[in-house]
Amino acid sequence: MKKIISILLALLMLFTVCLPVFAEEEEVFSDEVIEYYKNLGLQGTKLNVYNWGEYIDDEELDVISQFERLTGCEVNYTTFESNENMYSKLSGGGVSYDIIIPSDYMIEKLVKEGMLETLDYGNIPNYEKYFDKEDYGYFVEYEVGGSTIEDYAVIYNIGTTILLYNKKYITEEPDSWSILWDEQYKGKVLMFNNPRDSFAIAQAMLGQDFNTESTDDWDAAANLLLEQRQKVKPTYVMDEIFNLMESGDYYLGVYYAGDYELMRSDLEEKGEDFLGFAFPKEGVNTFYDAMCIPNTTQNKRGAEAFINFMLEPEVALANAEYIYYASANTAVIENEDYSLSESEAVYPDEELIANAQQFHDISNDNLQYMSTLWMKVKGSSDSLGIYIAFFACIIAIAVVIVITVIKKKKMTKYYNV
Amino acid sequence: MKSSSFGQKIINAPYILWSVLFVIAPLVMVLYYALTDSTGAFSLSSVSQIKDYAGTFILSIGYGALATLISLVIAYPFAYFLAHTKANFQRMSVMLVMLPMWMSFLIRTYSWITILGESGVINSLLGKIGIGPLPLINNGGAVILGMVYNFLPYMILPLYTVMAKMDNSLIEAAEDLGCGKMQTIRKVVFPLSVPGVASGVTMVFVPSVSTFYITQKLGGGQVNLIGDVIEAQFQTANNYNLGAALSLVLMVMILICLGVLNYFTDSDDEVNGGVLV
Repeated sequence: MKKIISILLALLMLFTVCLPVFAEEEEVFSDEVIEYYKNLGLQGTKLNVYNWGEYIDDEELDVISQFERLTGCEVNYTTFESNENMYSKLSGGGVSYDIIIPSDYMIEKLVKEGMLETLDYGNIPNYEKYFDKEDYGYFVEYEVGGSTIEDYAVIYNIGTTILLYNKKYITEEPDSWSILWDEQYKGKVLMFNNPRDSFAIAQAMLGQDFNTESTDDWDAAANLLLEQRQKVKPTYVMDEIFNLMESGDYYLGVYYAGDYELMRSDLEEKGEDFLGFAFPKEGVNTFYDAMCIPNTTQNKRGAEAFINFMLEPEVALANAEYIYYASANTAVIENEDYSLSESEAVYPDEELIANAQQFHDISNDNLQYMSTLWMKVKGSSDSLGIYIAFFACIIAIAVVIVITVIKKKKMTKYYNV
Repeated sequence: MKSSSFGQKIINAPYILWSVLFVIAPLVMVLYYALTDSTGAFSLSSVSQIKDYAGTFILSIGYGALATLISLVIAYPFAYFLAHTKANFQRMSVMLVMLPMWMSFLIRTYSWITILGESGVINSLLGKIGIGPLPLINNGGAVILGMVYNFLPYMILPLYTVMAKMDNSLIEAAEDLGCGKMQTIRKVVFPLSVPGVASGVTMVFVPSVSTFYITQKLGGGQVNLIGDVIEAQFQTANNYNLGAALSLVLMVMILICLGVLNYFTDSDDEVNGGVLV
């Protein structure tokens, strides 16, 4: 009897697990759209998508599985954590991706090296419908060499860097990056733990071009960063900033504008509202991430269908609400239900970011020079204690060694006698 | 050495294949990248750049040595007393030592941020009795703590293995011949445990010297060790050649350190414990 009951219970559990599958989902797409993707003939094909982590909606709509459902195309979705990671995987060969979503300067590099396919906009009809270049034009410089980015990429998200501050401790809205050099906030400042973004802040303060090819400029910027390090001892972080800034332990931080909204809404859930933002007058960095097709693609038609699908109003909205970065899609920006359309941080007025600059592909020599300087900035250490401890260790080890040697010699003598 | 039979060769084949593919081949690639430039031509420019990082190398070895020493000081008495308790208790304790290793190294390190942070567990407790907040994180001390915490089990286990296997009659004989407690430890227990010390030191020192995750999370970028420099060469500077050259030098330096260590410990060891490199 007990056995039967437990079997029944097990069956019941199994049934509950399966239940959501049987539940009829509400259809979000129009019949026309469904028909369009069904008739593309992508059934049974495969698509390799390579994207940033946490950079596509997988909750509300679950974009990837919707695409699979409509087209019958199987998507293999993988993620990277930096443009450079993506580049080394792509250029290393042995893998073939059909869609990649890198940032501006990396796309330029890929275009220069001839690693991207040109797009056939006949297969991406949504581009005409939902893109208004005038609307987001101030963010983006298109030109690369002789061609425009548009030939190779469709913009996915746009963003800027932003200055974050804790309103509890900093009552007046800062208007300059120089507050990050203010000695009274020693130990309370969070900086980017990546060279290009950190240098951009120093370069903005010095009025330099972010993409300068002059080593003197890089040296000057590095000196400024070194001065900051000595004066305020900033903590260098990337995604840890979410926890650190929300904990209220730090007064100032720098990160990406969309992430400000993410932190703000996190804090709102906890009933807190101490996080402020500012666009410093010296200028911020604007960037975009865009969808491209590498020339190793095995399924270009499928890739173009994927780009088109990402531009569908429902999909673009779900992504924008998930990622919190600025969408370039007019169907999203003009949507009244879109929760971020009023956000000054994500969609700043043009005059607020008047001095903004964009990253371009800089030469490898400059990149390596910058990296060496960055190591010097971070490597400068004034912790005398550790050196003392280190030398104490060395001396201790040396003493032990000498004693062992002497003992051994004595022992051998003893045995020999 | 005796020539091995065909059967033995068959048994060894998978391991040999494995080491050729995943040990020898990567080493050759490191060597190749270290001695070429970005175009693939032979060049010593990467190797010659290494002198700029001499300070970082010294600092890394200093951190590694300090972390190893602290681990040894903590682990040695622990292993000694553990080896002399009841078998059941021993099994349980060894289990407890290994338990944290079942969790991801990254998560364990990350969680120290919430413990040491300014509004973290320790500081909020201290705040209740009117002390603090103390700067516990984003400094060299936190990095050492992270290293010791993460690698301590690798010190305890080989030491414990050696101590547990130690022939008790030798200790009894020493006591019989008039050795005091401390004398017994110094003249009998410690010399017999040297192989365990050697393998423990190796297993703590090597990962400590080359770590980069601990310095980034617990050092907050204030402490820049050689692992961070190497990581940056691959992740941001896109300079594989310098990265490979630095790795090569790091490997050579570690080998030298271990060679010195083994020179003083490998002779006349009766008890074999742990894993000797």
